[in-house]
Amino acid sequence: MKAFTYERAQSPAQAAAAVARKPGAKFLAGGTNLLDLMKLQIETPTHLVDVQDLKLDRIEETAEGGLRIGALVRNTALASDMRVRRDYGVLTKAIVAGASGQLRNKATTAGNLLQRTRCPYFYDTNQPCNKRQPGSGCGAIGGVSRQLGVIGVSDACIATYPGDMAVALRLLDAHVETVDPQGAVRSIPIGEFHRLWGDTPHLETSLKRGELITAVTLPRPIGGRHLYHKVRDRASYAFALVSVAAVIHPDGSGRVAFGGVAPRPWRVEAAEEAMPRGAQAVTAQVFAEARPTADNRFKLQLATRTLAGVMAEARA
Amino acid sequence: MKFETPAGKNPIDQLKVVGRATSRIDGRLKTTGNAPYAYEQHDVAAHQAYGFVVGAAIAKGRITAMDTTLARAAPGVVAVIGTLDHAQPLPKSRFNTAHLFGGPQVEHYHQAIALVVADSFEQARAAAALIRTDYAREPGQFDLAKAAPDAPLVPGSKGKPDVARVGDFDTAFTQAPVQLDRSYTTPDESHAMMEPHATIAAWDGDRLTVWTSNQMIAWGKASLATTLGMPPEKIRLNAPFIGGGFGGKLFIRADVVLAALGAKAAGRPVKLALTRPMMMNNTTHRPATIQRVRLGATRDGKLTAIAHSSASGDLPGGDPEAAVSQTQLLYAAPHRETFMKLAVLDLPEGNAMRAPGEAPGLMVLEMAMDEMAEKLGMDPVEFRILNDTQVDPAKPDRSFSQRHLIECLRTGAEKFGWSKRNPKPAQVREGRWLIGMGVAAGFRNNLLMKSAARIRLERGGRLTVETDMTDIGTGSYTILAQTAAEMMGVPLDAVTVKLGDSDFPASAGSGGQWGGNNSTAGLYAACVKLRAMVAQTLGLSENAHFADGKVIEGEKALPLAQAAREGPLTAEDLIEYGTLDKQYQQSTFASHFVEAAVDAYTGETRIRRMLAVCDAGRILNPKAARSQVIGAMTMGVGAALSEELAVDKRFGYFVNHDLAGYEVAVHADIPHQEVMFLDYPDDKSSPMKAKGVGELGLCGVGAAIANAIYNATGVRVRDYPITLDKHLEHLPVLA
Repeated sequence: MKAFTYERAQSPAQAAAAVARKPGAKFLAGGTNLLDLMKLQIETPTHLVDVQDLKLDRIEETAEGGLRIGALVRNTALASDMRVRRDYGVLTKAIVAGASGQLRNKATTAGNLLQRTRCPYFYDTNQPCNKRQPGSGCGAIGGVSRQLGVIGVSDACIATYPGDMAVALRLLDAHVETVDPQGAVRSIPIGEFHRLWGDTPHLETSLKRGELITAVTLPRPIGGRHLYHKVRDRASYAFALVSVAAVIHPDGSGRVAFGGVAPRPWRVEAAEEAMPRGAQAVTAQVFAEARPTADNRFKLQLATRTLAGVMAEARA
Repeated sequence: MKFETPAGKNPIDQLKVVGRATSRIDGRLKTTGNAPYAYEQHDVAAHQAYGFVVGAAIAKGRITAMDTTLARAAPGVVAVIGTLDHAQPLPKSRFNTAHLFGGPQVEHYHQAIALVVADSFEQARAAAALIRTDYAREPGQFDLAKAAPDAPLVPGSKGKPDVARVGDFDTAFTQAPVQLDRSYTTPDESHAMMEPHATIAAWDGDRLTVWTSNQMIAWGKASLATTLGMPPEKIRLNAPFIGGGFGGKLFIRADVVLAALGAKAAGRPVKLALTRPMMMNNTTHRPATIQRVRLGATRDGKLTAIAHSSASGDLPGGDPEAAVSQTQLLYAAPHRETFMKLAVLDLPEGNAMRAPGEAPGLMVLEMAMDEMAEKLGMDPVEFRILNDTQVDPAKPDRSFSQRHLIECLRTGAEKFGWSKRNPKPAQVREGRWLIGMGVAAGFRNNLLMKSAARIRLERGGRLTVETDMTDIGTGSYTILAQTAAEMMGVPLDAVTVKLGDSDFPASAGSGGQWGGNNSTAGLYAACVKLRAMVAQTLGLSENAHFADGKVIEGEKALPLAQAAREGPLTAEDLIEYGTLDKQYQQSTFASHFVEAAVDAYTGETRIRRMLAVCDAGRILNPKAARSQVIGAMTMGVGAALSEELAVDKRFGYFVNHDLAGYEVAVHADIPHQEVMFLDYPDDKSSPMKAKGVGELGLCGVGAAIANAIYNATGVRVRDYPITLDKHLEHLPVLA
């Protein structure tokens, strides 16, 4: 860990300005990912702006009939909120499928959105990684890539966005609310929040320098059966090989998003009209542009089969 | 005491304390955080500085330059040691394959190349990142599958031939009416114990004391003396508590060497621990294997020919994973052949991990037995029973000291409800789950090793036991206390046990499941001596017996404490063995039964229940033994389903070098485990009549799981671990 300076911000705008002011500054919320990465010198911020005093820890109902989730709402609090459990069950299911109880008690909504990839080459500073060190190459391409991305990846990077919560948020058409260093606010559709890697895998979101997430909003509930199936090599405490978030209505229509396969939660809305025709019809479109490695080609079949299982569960 | 003839009746047979399910006497210390593990020995030496070890960034090559200027100038830094400070690697003991430190050559990834010592851990770690190292990479061989075909046979030891042969395998196999010929693989595995390798080192003039985490104190002391080039008597090694070892702490590692060098350079005590990634690539691992099994049988299921071969790799001068050894003893057949090949690989050092040899060997042999049973149309339990042997198949006049494998299998089958298993695979469904049952035999030898202990009767009547035996989480403290209490006729809480100090008599140590039987037998010998001293002091004969804190003979019943009225009485002795393990094959046996469910959609396997029935001599403490066995079964689940050190074959290292990437089983993977002990005292193993049990629980589990998965799915996966991608496309297609 490199030495850094530290301050605690008292308002969102102040926090944003503080990060914008100092090159190499970062926000610190729950710290469950950032601090680990700092210890390994994968992240080397010069200055941390701690946002824990910003009182962004409430879940409120919006005028439109949805929910506004403060950026600092802990994963445990969000997953166990009665309104979330009742109207957005897929979100609760996705959150509790991730990490462990201890981590979920600490991890925040905004921080979870910003968690970084678990690619093992990203995690070893001796190895090339365009995400960690732009221009150094990609160790994963041609290396051990069983866990990595099959779609939306590039020649520069085949890492995945590893989280669960964001897959459900993508499915629910959430928006990410932010404030920038000038105090201006905006609302980013979740589908535009995480970038594809392209030639710049070190740039992971559409946030601008110093822009702070203040909340995540959910539109009105959409009904249907809410399901989340996370497939992994052990029963708990592992990142997804593939995950499926779905809302399915009695007539078989619905929505589906996939985790563990791409730089962001992977949802192709146009493919959802095929849902009544079964999993294969959907994934044929969703993964039409897939470019898996020999190690992770199985994820394509796994995605189809997992969705088939989710559809069967919805019918049961 | 020399143990040369089978044990007769002795005080242990009273089983007033020994043989009882007893909670750990050190349990409270551990659960309250008061057991001082190596890194937590804050009080043993004042003014401790912190060390941070730097690992090589390449797998093979040479360090051409190292610049430590920035690190030396960093805040708080006390000393920096670089590998180029030494022209040559430091000498290594016979137990180490890779050098631990020194010289320009890089033998494997994350080899220790530098140490930074600073006032705080954070300062040391930050400064370590400032060291700049230039390498000249050299090509290496990292791919076992590529290297195995040309790998040489492993030379037989002590005049034994390379290929162990009985009868004429080739002819018998060719003529066998039913044949099986299959190849299998097992991956590299990491011990992944909770506590990292850690050491505090302190010098007092030319004397060195290390508080470390090591399973074998006497080996550790001698090895450290070799590596540091100093007389062993100037070294004291202390490891009272060890947070798991599984073989990864049998031998000294870079932590203890660098702590000693760092403390010397810093002029003050140094503490350091290896990071988790360093544990996986800097230390040792269980090597991967490529195995082949050929079985020939008559149509009614009698094995006539058994061949088993295994190829593994290691650094030059290393050892093979002895995956074929159990095959020489587990089943009868007149014609047999076993051999091993050893390739040179430039991966980190392969070495012992819990049940070395048997663990991966049985994962394969017992899967092959399942395949053969199916070919024969026989029940896999009955097939194993039919081919049981009561003698060493290579020397039919040499019998097992005891062998109750058949009873393990029958008892287990009965208890588990084996008769409900559908022998035809892929027939049982519960919703989305495919359900199957599997069985395997477990086998691991019982090793006899000399072991010494000291026992002191204190004024007031308490007893103090001292031996360099280690407790690696196994329950050594408790079974030693039970042994002393039984022998001296006192309650358990009248005994204090002190372990893990090289100033104490040298024990067998912890490894190869030999610790329990041998260390208690060594203490038994010391107790026999102390009993004689007590009797003599009290004016009694050697026929006196010890019970309820008294020494009793005829009408006389004197308090034990009375013997120490004039001062403590101390007895020290050693158990040594004659030839009983040559005359008799001494082994332990188990049956493992598993019910597994496989998600028909996703291919995920979930274990539903497990049962082990163990035949391991007298069980000294059923509670501690059960903990050993369920822990081993859990390790077996990891080995069967998820554990694999993934090799980057270009860069030559284990990529998934943390506990997020290397997936051991978690609680949610282990829903229900049951253990039964047959508990037959074995009078040929030692006066304790006990045998090893700590590794037996792992032996065969993986195959029982694999066989259960096959029974569930009808898809046979012969490459461990059995991850979902390996059978997914063959599972039934569901709407």
